[in-house]
Amino acid sequence: MENFTPVSAAIGGAMIGAAAVLFMALHGRIAGISGVAAGVLAPAAGDWAWRAAFLAGLVAVPFAAWFAAGDRPPFEPVYPGWLILLGGVLVGFGARLGGGCTSGHGVCGAARLSTRSIVATGVFMGVAIAVTFLLRLLGV
Amino acid sequence: MKNIAAFAVGLLFGLGLVVSQMTNPAKIIAFLDIAGNWDPSLAVVMAAALGVSFLGYRVVLRRGKPLLEDAFHIPAKTLIDRPLLVGAGVFGAGWAMAGLCPGPGFSSIASGGLLSLGFIAAMAAGMKARDFVKL
Repeated sequence: MENFTPVSAAIGGAMIGAAAVLFMALHGRIAGISGVAAGVLAPAAGDWAWRAAFLAGLVAVPFAAWFAAGDRPPFEPVYPGWLILLGGVLVGFGARLGGGCTSGHGVCGAARLSTRSIVATGVFMGVAIAVTFLLRLLGV
Repeated sequence: MKNIAAFAVGLLFGLGLVVSQMTNPAKIIAFLDIAGNWDPSLAVVMAAALGVSFLGYRVVLRRGKPLLEDAFHIPAKTLIDRPLLVGAGVFGAGWAMAGLCPGPGFSSIASGGLLSLGFIAAMAAGMKARDFVKL
């Protein structure tokens, strides 16, 4: 467990939570990234720009960190590229079908004590741990 | 104003992801790989985010409406149905394969380059595909 980073995890997590609260206070919406992104793909009148702006904020931070610190945040892929792309398709499909992702269900929904979100979070966590175990057995 | 506010919220959200290293697939998979060198950091990130949003929502939702819109947009569904369960399962499988979920996909472009952009394109395709599947 020597790679455990509890302090930065707690600080970063608190920032994510603060962003979710701020978004509810300002826009009255759940800060669910898959939902925000899906609305960019299927634009409705007057409903596009704020979504694109939200995503632009997500994209901009590590670029700003790069220019400020001269270093990019670490990015170490574990599996081959094709598996990451296949994972991407499943992430998009599953998030739409299930009505949310790690942020919408796992943080915002659970914080509202939504049973749907708590169940969804338990399911995707359990399946993700099982699939990771399977990939280890397969030697990927 | 709505757009500037959304950009600022995106910045704060992205900063949280970068600070907690959730934009690194190895960090996500180290949490999911309980048979390996287990790294509980992701659980701490979720717990901290949950704690702050649980308390913050209690204050914010007591107001009549949000500052920039006319009403709160809170999901009304309460039914545990098949789409929820299948969707969460498929999402979990994809999350494990990629080591990325939607937020970190966007916040890793600076570091992951084409791999992150490929993940986002694949995710967009998956989102579109959902519209063509009857479930």
